Amino acid sequence: MARLLTMEILAQAEYSKLAGTIVSGLSLGTIYALLAMGFVIIFKATQVVNFAHGAMATLGAFITAGVAVELNFPGRFLDLPPLLGWSISVLTALALSALTGILLERVFLRPMVGEELFSVAIVTVGMNIILMTIVTDYIGPDPRSMADPWGDAAVDLGFVIIAHTEIAQFLVAAALVVLVGVFFRSRTGIAMRATAFDQEAARAQGINVGAIFAIAWAIGAVLATVGGIFGSVYPRRIGVFPDTALLVFRAFPAIILGGLDSVTGAVVGGLAVGVAEAAAGSYLNHSLFGTGFSGIVPYLVMMIVLFIRPYGIFGTAEVRRV
Amino acid sequence: MRGRPHLHTSYSADQALMPTTTKKVALAIFLVLAALAPIASSIPIYPDFLGNNDWMKLLSHVAIFGIGALGINLLTGVAGQVSLGHAFFMGLGAYVGVVFGAPAGDLWGWGLPMWIWLPMAGIIPAAIGLLVGPAAVRVRGLYLAFATLGLVFIGEWAWRNLKFITGGSFAGRRFPEFQLRMWKEEEPLVDFASDGVWLGFEISEEAKVYLLMLGLLVVATVLAKNLQRTRAGRAFQAIRDRDIAAEIMGVNEFKYKLMAFGISSAYAGVAGALFASFVGRQIPETWDLFLSVEFIAIILIGGAGTVSGALMGSAFVILLPRLVQDFTEWLSNVIADGEGLLASVADAVISVSPDDFGVVNILPGAGPGLSVFQLNQVLFGLLVILFMIFEPLGLYGIWLRIRNYWKGWPFTY
Repeated sequence: MARLLTMEILAQAEYSKLAGTIVSGLSLGTIYALLAMGFVIIFKATQVVNFAHGAMATLGAFITAGVAVELNFPGRFLDLPPLLGWSISVLTALALSALTGILLERVFLRPMVGEELFSVAIVTVGMNIILMTIVTDYIGPDPRSMADPWGDAAVDLGFVIIAHTEIAQFLVAAALVVLVGVFFRSRTGIAMRATAFDQEAARAQGINVGAIFAIAWAIGAVLATVGGIFGSVYPRRIGVFPDTALLVFRAFPAIILGGLDSVTGAVVGGLAVGVAEAAAGSYLNHSLFGTGFSGIVPYLVMMIVLFIRPYGIFGTAEVRRV
Repeated sequence: MRGRPHLHTSYSADQALMPTTTKKVALAIFLVLAALAPIASSIPIYPDFLGNNDWMKLLSHVAIFGIGALGINLLTGVAGQVSLGHAFFMGLGAYVGVVFGAPAGDLWGWGLPMWIWLPMAGIIPAAIGLLVGPAAVRVRGLYLAFATLGLVFIGEWAWRNLKFITGGSFAGRRFPEFQLRMWKEEEPLVDFASDGVWLGFEISEEAKVYLLMLGLLVVATVLAKNLQRTRAGRAFQAIRDRDIAAEIMGVNEFKYKLMAFGISSAYAGVAGALFASFVGRQIPETWDLFLSVEFIAIILIGGAGTVSGALMGSAFVILLPRLVQDFTEWLSNVIADGEGLLASVADAVISVSPDDFGVVNILPGAGPGLSVFQLNQVLFGLLVILFMIFEPLGLYGIWLRIRNYWKGWPFTY
């Protein structure tokens, strides 16, 4: 009876379930895409499979909360409009995250250059454990608010409701994708592609491979932070919490779906996985599939794709030699 | 051949488990000491060490994780297939064990004796491993790591929702106790789950469980060590080192990869069932990604691909937190005792009051600095990194260096 009533209310309001699912799926998908893109750039340029990406996203979001709320920068010096002030805080935090990324690479991963892919991956697992423990300790028991200027405001289009944060997220993500595209056409970007192709040959061409590594990690950290920020605001969370890192574990399927070494694949995979997860959440019967099924949809999609195409949809098949 | 222990005149001599007398004697002494550990408390020198029930529990934990580590070592270390799905198979083994072994009640349970549920906890995960194996064999390298990572999350969802088996996230479920029965009779033949008298010695429940685990670990180790010396073991190593070259030489890649998956899953299942019963009550979240990572770390810290490395690694990873805890307690006692250089150094490291700065705090509840548990996590991560950077062969590599140094001593070679 109660169920019937809700259905009726929904029908009266004429909100389309399909449109709502697509919007929330795409907004989730853009977060996955941002995280996946950073991961893929790091992997391509430095041959590091970064299991610490989740920790970097959480750390980045935490730094943002620290700059915007605790340090109250630039609010304590200037009286700016909320959006401008917050943007400056975020940019400061992004710069700090980029520095952290560069530092992590320099300290923990530079000694591992040339080692086996898997050994390097395990180093990042260790990094993930350390970073997550420290960040968890500092965050404490309550989520830290991001103090974003949008709050829970939303636009009602009649058939679907879109939160302001989601609109901001779509715009920012689109801008970042374009920026990354432009970057790969710049001189440094071409140098990065050359490094991705063959580190030693790139070095022989006079490319400063170390600098390229630093840039790749800075970009990766920035993208992870942006993903972490949007993963910690309305409508997803009320602030940074250690489980922000779980977002990245759900972004892994997006990465694999697109192929470990394809930036385009990361974006497409991210959006696809996001929509699939949202669709499973709103259309599948909970009593049949149990609780939390939408959370594992990304993995199911990933495994099915892997068994059909073992190198993802856009990934290049490894050339195997004796 | 006396006096020339390294002169091997046949392949079987080269592959012998115990090539030298020194090795035989050392192993025998080690096993005797390990078996006598429960009565160490009656030796007055250091009464709180080893014989103590706390330490019995820790050593049982080491033995159980040792069995699990042998499994992942076979798959990842010997056959070179990186799997993050170990926790999934451990959970599977634990729940198979509980369905077979726990008495019937609100949750599923058939109440069968241990000699049925323990082997079943190995056999059924092995069968499932063989079932998902063909799909996993297609996927190579890091893609396999990600696919098996998916398996862990899917498993966690399954355990959370199969409430009639697992008891769900909040309550979890009691796992069968270590009791040896012929069939379902009331009085167990051998009861590992309560204190008692064995051969005239008063022996605690923890010590009994420890001896049982030690026995199982020895069996598992001998099996694993022997497997590496068979045709299959050599095939695994060939696939790890150069898979295409191995195939050209006639090694059936598909068959042996599948085999590695099956055997590793069996080890994982048994270890999972033992671990669940050892702890007593487990919730579905026990079998998460961190457990898989812990096992990968165990074999990397110990030395991937070596049996002794897997055992050393599990001892190291399980005992380290306890040693760190004891050390921080000792440091806080030093502070309490008062003056001197040591006390001021300790004071800088540890915070004993809310307004005191220190890296570690030993106060109950949140405070400045990391808790001892968190310090252990950080140390764990740091150790994994340091071992990968400085000693990829792990503890086994360190042991090799020490041994080779003393072999030629006082000459350099």
